[in-house]
Amino acid sequence: MKLIRLALPIWSLVLLCVLHASSSQEIQIVNAERRIDLSSHIVKVFLTLKIENTGTSPVSDVLLAFPPTQANHLALLKAQAATGKRKKKTFTFLDVYPAELPEGPNGTKYFSISLHSKLGAGEVVTLEVLYMLTHSLDPFPEEISQSESQLVYYRDSAILLSPYQVKQQITFIKTPSSKIESFSMVEPTNRAGAELKYGPYENRSPHSYSPVIIHFENNNPFAVVEELVREIEISHWGSIQITEQYKLAHAGARHKGVFSRVEYQSRPGHSGISSFRHLLARLPPRVHSVYYRDEIGNISSSHLRLDSKKSELEFEPRYPLFGGWKATFVIGYGLPLEDFLFELPDGKRYLNFSFGCPLVETVVNKLTVKVVLPEGSLDPSVDVPFPVEQYLEKKYSYLDVVGRTVVVLEKNNVVPEHNSPFQVYYHFNPIFMLAEPIMLTTTFFLLFITCVAYLHIDLSISK
Amino acid sequence: MGEKPNQANSVSPSATSAAPAGSKSSDLLSRHFSIRSLKLKTKEQELLLRVTVLCLVYVLAFITRLFSVLRYESMIHEFDPYFNYRTTLFLTEKGFYEFWNWFDSESWYPLGRIIGGTLYPGLMVTAALIYWTLKVLRFAVHIREVCVLTAPFFASNTTLVAYFFGKEIWDSGAGLVAAALIAICPGYISRSVAGSYDNEGVAIFALIFTFYLFVKAVNTGSLAWSLASAFGYFYMVSAWGGYVFIINLIPLYVLVLLITGRYSMRLYVAYNSMYILGMLLAMQIRFVGFQHVQSGEHMAAMGVFFLLQVFYFLDWVKHQLNDTKLFQAFLRITVTSAVVVGALALGVGTASGYISPWTGRFYSLLDPTYAKDHIPIIASVSEHQPTAWSSFMFDFQILLFLFPAGLYFCFKRLSDATIFIVMYGLTSMYFAGVMVRLILVATPAVCLISAIAVSATIKNLTQVLRAKPKIVHSCSSKGGSSAKTSSKGLLDQSQPIGKNGAIALLFGAFYLLSKYATHCTWVTSEAYSSPSIVLAARGAHGNRVIFDDYREAYFWLRQNTPPDAKVMSWWDYGYQITAMGNRTVIVDNNTWNNTHIATVGRAMSSYEDEAYEIMRSLDVSYVLVVFGGVTGYSSDDINKFLWMVRIGGGVFPVIKEPDYLVNGNYRVDKGAAPKMLNCLMYKLSYYRFGELTTEYGKPPGYDRARGVEIGNKDIKLEFLEEAFTTSNWIVRIYKVKPPKNRW
Repeated sequence: MKLIRLALPIWSLVLLCVLHASSSQEIQIVNAERRIDLSSHIVKVFLTLKIENTGTSPVSDVLLAFPPTQANHLALLKAQAATGKRKKKTFTFLDVYPAELPEGPNGTKYFSISLHSKLGAGEVVTLEVLYMLTHSLDPFPEEISQSESQLVYYRDSAILLSPYQVKQQITFIKTPSSKIESFSMVEPTNRAGAELKYGPYENRSPHSYSPVIIHFENNNPFAVVEELVREIEISHWGSIQITEQYKLAHAGARHKGVFSRVEYQSRPGHSGISSFRHLLARLPPRVHSVYYRDEIGNISSSHLRLDSKKSELEFEPRYPLFGGWKATFVIGYGLPLEDFLFELPDGKRYLNFSFGCPLVETVVNKLTVKVVLPEGSLDPSVDVPFPVEQYLEKKYSYLDVVGRTVVVLEKNNVVPEHNSPFQVYYHFNPIFMLAEPIMLTTTFFLLFITCVAYLHIDLSISK
Repeated sequence: MGEKPNQANSVSPSATSAAPAGSKSSDLLSRHFSIRSLKLKTKEQELLLRVTVLCLVYVLAFITRLFSVLRYESMIHEFDPYFNYRTTLFLTEKGFYEFWNWFDSESWYPLGRIIGGTLYPGLMVTAALIYWTLKVLRFAVHIREVCVLTAPFFASNTTLVAYFFGKEIWDSGAGLVAAALIAICPGYISRSVAGSYDNEGVAIFALIFTFYLFVKAVNTGSLAWSLASAFGYFYMVSAWGGYVFIINLIPLYVLVLLITGRYSMRLYVAYNSMYILGMLLAMQIRFVGFQHVQSGEHMAAMGVFFLLQVFYFLDWVKHQLNDTKLFQAFLRITVTSAVVVGALALGVGTASGYISPWTGRFYSLLDPTYAKDHIPIIASVSEHQPTAWSSFMFDFQILLFLFPAGLYFCFKRLSDATIFIVMYGLTSMYFAGVMVRLILVATPAVCLISAIAVSATIKNLTQVLRAKPKIVHSCSSKGGSSAKTSSKGLLDQSQPIGKNGAIALLFGAFYLLSKYATHCTWVTSEAYSSPSIVLAARGAHGNRVIFDDYREAYFWLRQNTPPDAKVMSWWDYGYQITAMGNRTVIVDNNTWNNTHIATVGRAMSSYEDEAYEIMRSLDVSYVLVVFGGVTGYSSDDINKFLWMVRIGGGVFPVIKEPDYLVNGNYRVDKGAAPKMLNCLMYKLSYYRFGELTTEYGKPPGYDRARGVEIGNKDIKLEFLEEAFTTSNWIVRIYKVKPPKNRW
């Protein structure tokens, strides 16, 4: 512990020396306030930056810097500009895209926020940035027994990593409970209950970095879906069928040694405190024919609550999940077509559906959304509010001849905030709806015809 | 309807030109005519009725087996079906050649099992074919649904075969009744409900289909039918080990026909082509191989085959000789030499080991006490126990009384076909008495023979009802006393009961048959539709409580243990662990290696340190026990434990059954034998159970399955640790600790 404390400031000093000269200093951050929320296993950071253009020419982009460890775990990054005074604040969302800075130190990743209007010399703008980090709480000890609670490390910098000069900054870190084992001190540092305060620090040069480690208790369910495949099948006969295949894991401290059912049953509050057994999925309203099963059959422990606004499916895996334990299961449900499928004036149809995982407070490492369009639909196109990988597939389902076009969307590192709607546009001629019924009736008709023919034809040779 | 008068008018303008009354009469006429033209002839009516009834029976046979799907879910039941399901899955994924050459290293660790060579592939291939057909037709069904519904589908097909069989041996009425009876007979339903994906589900169809085709072949003497029966036999051999019944019953039947002087060319053609072709085809099944010429169980068929040749030869010689005296001498010499040669061949074959002796299972069929004394592993299976009267009543109900009546009718109208069904009925009834599970084989025979009784009785009764008006009619037309006396004589001769009696008897018959239908439905829904993987019980408030502990444990194994973990459990759960848990097991339900099973039995009945040595030598990483003490589930490992001791002791004499008993009583409470209280099975079942209060007002550690407080509450485990216990404690899994460091 001490070694780290000593070593990291040295490293940051080196960084400082290297970078000080090179970075362009047209922008400076007047005031930075960071609020880091560590209460679940998804780290949420709210960053408020007050930026001033100190240069001479107008600036259109503001850079955000992330150390490589955080950049790899960055799930979501949103920025908005605040205009107006305190109560009449209005926010406008800004575009964020990855950027490269050649002089950036040690693999620092940059994201560029493009402002709506150029920031003239001497002007000030307030930016609010929200970003989420997944897999950033490392359990220590890595293995715990049933009766122990789970302790985790969070690593960050007390000083905001930024390519700009920061005049004043402060960081608040909120932990789920007041049980904090240890935390790095970077004076001034204060602790009040479940909140740590780093700062205020004044006048830090660009790319300053001061690593801190916080070791605290976090018994929230570390529910991670390692892989989720959502298949959305559209039937123009009036229904959308959704099948979701989950590979769920408890990503917290691994369970060690004995699992005792006696203790788990008799002391529910004390034993297996970091384990979880209840999961909640928020499904769209008017959901019907819900099922919950796995490879070996139906799982009977689930409840569905329906109301007009939303449906909630509360379910349990077959066994409580302790650290490192896994469970795979499938959830399927049907939805009325008219709630999600719409027609454009030019005859194009589009599906409007939410992208992410319906489970509450879970991270999805790899999400694959497959939209199965009805047989005979043409030129599909997709509109997703964030970058995803996409390609087309073919699928054969009941009585298909030419196969259905499947639009496949893939995204890694998905958090609940990705639950925003996306659209799939396609052309579809309703005559194709009749293809299958006509096929069936023809088959039966031919069958009966052959029967009649057979009964009326005498095939015997000898007579 | 409104169109019709106009049409009639246009067709017959002459009628319309007349008065309105005339037109009315004409359209009445035309209407009458149209109905007339729709009316079917009696024969067509009968055909329509028959087809309708058959279709209804077909559907009924299917849907009555769906109770389990409606009550629970579409799932595979019990133990063996899980193996069949797993192999079918393998077949559909990897193809037939991979399946045929499959060496399974996941079972019988460390020995493994040659699956392709030690199973009857008929069921799996059938299901896979159905699955592939559906896939080609673009029905996106899962292979599990196909497997679940295979047995009901084949039960439906069995009803069709039963109809044709009944038609062949009696008449189409008997066929219809047989189809209806077999559709809902509990004896058959017990093995063919949806989800009971076992060999028997397909094999009973194959069995009665083969019999039907053979009887047809004997009746017609046609090569085509005997060929068909050979293929039926091939399908049966590929599906179930019960084919031995066919290959012994048919020669026996032929022998009886020979003895009763019913030898004919038809029989000769039917048997020879069926036997030779069937034998050659059966050799293609790897598990059967050359048994048809090498095993003692198949020698009867071969003997009868040669006997038939001798018969044919003698027939020919008799035809040539024309001298009875010479023929008698010749006959004596030939028969003696044939018998001597046959006996010599058999003797030499047996002595040299070419012909293998009868297997234990076969012995235990002929001598019900054999298994109990010699093969505990066969005796330990509940379905191998001798049948109790109650289960006969449960499975057959009124058929049990109709069976002798049917036999009577059969004897009254003796033919080649009725002799066959009588022999089938009597032999299978005997086997059903020896082993509970063989009720299944007897069911088709019982249904067919009972159907003859029902059909013949009802036919006679309705004839009584229909005959009377005719007589009256004839009386009135003819008049005179002579006709009256003759009719009276007729009455006396064939109608011992009057019309009212007939009506009463008919009602009685319908009452009995409807009772049978309700009984069958009740039995199906109550007794035979439980998957036994998921247990259901009534809760305190009358609600349904589901214990899904088996799947909880197996799924835990599947997800949270290393993929190469070896699980030791009693052999009952082997198939389920490999199929649902996807982990390697030491022993499973294919009980081919008694020593291996005995080793597991020995480990379970030894002290922990001794057991640890055995488990280390078998490379066991997890031990799974089933424990019903919390829920009152009685078929758990503690109740099976004495069989483990017996089977273990059968191979390893260090295990002695009396060590686990107190004065011959099996106890788990304080008065239990000390070895019992400290053996591995006891420890694993009751570990930390002493801390749990299971029932209000009872001391902690009260075992609800056996109704006692356990004797050893302070159980310490040294070499194992609890890895997982399901929510109702039904399955407990322990991890075998790695060996301690010595320094």
